[in-house]
Amino acid sequence: MLDIDNVTKTFSGFTAVSGVSLTVEKQQIAAVIGPNGAGKSTFFNMITGHLTPDSGAIRLNGRDITGIAPHKICGAGMGRSFQRTNIFPKLTVFDNVQAAYLAHRGKGGNFWSPAERFYRDETEALLRSIGLWEQRESIGGVMSYGAQKQLELGLALASDPALLLLDEPTAGMSATETHEAIRLLERIAGERELTLLFTEHDMEVVFSIAQKIAVLHQGRKIAEGTPAEVRADPEVRRIYLGHH
Amino acid sequence: MSRRIPWTLVVLLLALTIPWFGSRYYTFLATQIAILSLFAVSYNLLLGTTGLVSFGHAAYFGLGAYATGLLMKELNVPFLLALLAGGLLPAAFAGVFGYFCVRLTKIYFSMLTLAFAQIVWAICFQWNEVTGGDQGISAIPYPELGWIGAIPGLGGFRTGDHFYFACVVLVILCIWVLGRITDSPFGRLLTTIRENPERASFIGVDVRRYELAAFAIAGGFAGVSGALFGIFNRGVFADFMFWPKSAEVLIMTILGGMNYFWGPVAGTIMMVVLNQQITSYTEYWPLVLGTILLVLLFAFPGGLMGALDAGAKRLRGQKTGGGDA
Ligand SMILES: Nc1ncnc2c1ncn2[C@@H]1O[C@H](COP(=O)(O)OP(=O)(O)O)[C@@H](O)[C@H]1O
Ligand SMILES: [Mg+2]
Repeated sequence: MLDIDNVTKTFSGFTAVSGVSLTVEKQQIAAVIGPNGAGKSTFFNMITGHLTPDSGAIRLNGRDITGIAPHKICGAGMGRSFQRTNIFPKLTVFDNVQAAYLAHRGKGGNFWSPAERFYRDETEALLRSIGLWEQRESIGGVMSYGAQKQLELGLALASDPALLLLDEPTAGMSATETHEAIRLLERIAGERELTLLFTEHDMEVVFSIAQKIAVLHQGRKIAEGTPAEVRADPEVRRIYLGHH
Repeated sequence: MSRRIPWTLVVLLLALTIPWFGSRYYTFLATQIAILSLFAVSYNLLLGTTGLVSFGHAAYFGLGAYATGLLMKELNVPFLLALLAGGLLPAAFAGVFGYFCVRLTKIYFSMLTLAFAQIVWAICFQWNEVTGGDQGISAIPYPELGWIGAIPGLGGFRTGDHFYFACVVLVILCIWVLGRITDSPFGRLLTTIRENPERASFIGVDVRRYELAAFAIAGGFAGVSGALFGIFNRGVFADFMFWPKSAEVLIMTILGGMNYFWGPVAGTIMMVVLNQQITSYTEYWPLVLGTILLVLLFAFPGGLMGALDAGAKRLRGQKTGGGDA
């Protein structure tokens, strides 16, 4: 489904991602892990069109999407969340998600009808499924960190993605919040038959959910495989488990 | 949502009562307020709704004034047709200039809007054959509005009052359209750009295209406003599009409250009235006006509408609080 071939990104002489390849199969749950600064977000930003790779290619369902504008990649069936929570902070929870429906379903060319009439049912169903319906009137930016992360997931899901990219979905969460967030992700991925690719810096979170793990270190992929394989990898153990 | 007030209608009816006071001066002030309100509301589609700070909005105001003025004076084009051109021409210019401006963000966007506006100003200031250069265009004919006096109940008003009635109806119509646009799905997606352009692009919004559309629409309505102002002023001059005019619309909008649809109208009323009052008292009016504006901006960071809104909320809060006690 997603096929990343040997991508590299350099920021003024500093190579943040160096020749990384990764393939994600349909309905697979895959994770990219690595310590802070390993290049995970940079890698994601190249996939979603926010950065253009210096070299290499990215294909979505066989179609070359390298360097295409983010809104087009979004339209091609990819949803994403950002590491630094990225919502519409002054809009209500309801309006946040409704706007995502308006955009994705091509209502933006409508200059005349009241926006509030569209996709009320869809918005309600989605908010219920991610557990934010009770908070629909809250202003997005003043909610708890965990709730904002959930809302961002809602924004991504509103574009009916087949492939969902989540950049550190549990960063900054407490242990309980992390646990709940992972359960939620698992459920949603199952219900919607999603392909899921996410990043984490915490390995334990990943082992419980991912079927395939790639490990980045200083911009390079140093290991890839099932959780068991990655856990047994000597280099990964050296980099990671030394800290734990 | 249950007690939604049709503000457009309320404002229209209130505005229409002004000529009944019978004061030429009130009608004069009210005409100016009506026309400049449209300028400010059009500006707020960029500032408040999309989060774009334009320093060159006066260019489109001026282009509309020139287009309509020239068509009416030189070619005897009927008023409404000339007014339509006064909207379409600036919208087209805004479409072209905006194409380049939306490629930049933040202050770079703002500087480019200013640069384009100053270029347009310089051309209009120099191009004697068409725009009259620094002399401008004077003696723009008044539209033929005598028929308004034939409407039952509207007999006995002066020509200035007739023009005022026409302005109010046209301006409210335009503001109503801008309101529909603001509340439409298109407008809602503009607010996502204001809130977070990066995220907007990844719910599928083509940010530049939306910004460009907003820029052209705002330019068009600014043009209509300028067209009416040229007729009201009986002349069009290059300083309609000089940068202080762009600063003025920015100040009026912030002063009134850019987070409120009617905020720019409140700001315009404030600015026009202050301007008139102060000029009649002191020759140091720019200084006094500047000081008052500073104080207002610090006292009411949400603008006049923000202060009213906060006051209304407090009143309502007290009332329910008192009822419980
Ligand atoms: N826009 C940028 N300009 C310069 N350096 C950057 C930029 N984005 C990321 N980097 C650098 O690239 C490296 C990888 O960053 P990032 O992809 O955010 O890592 P991670 O998400 O794994 O923590 C870091 O050293 C970071 O400082
Ligand atoms: Mg990161």
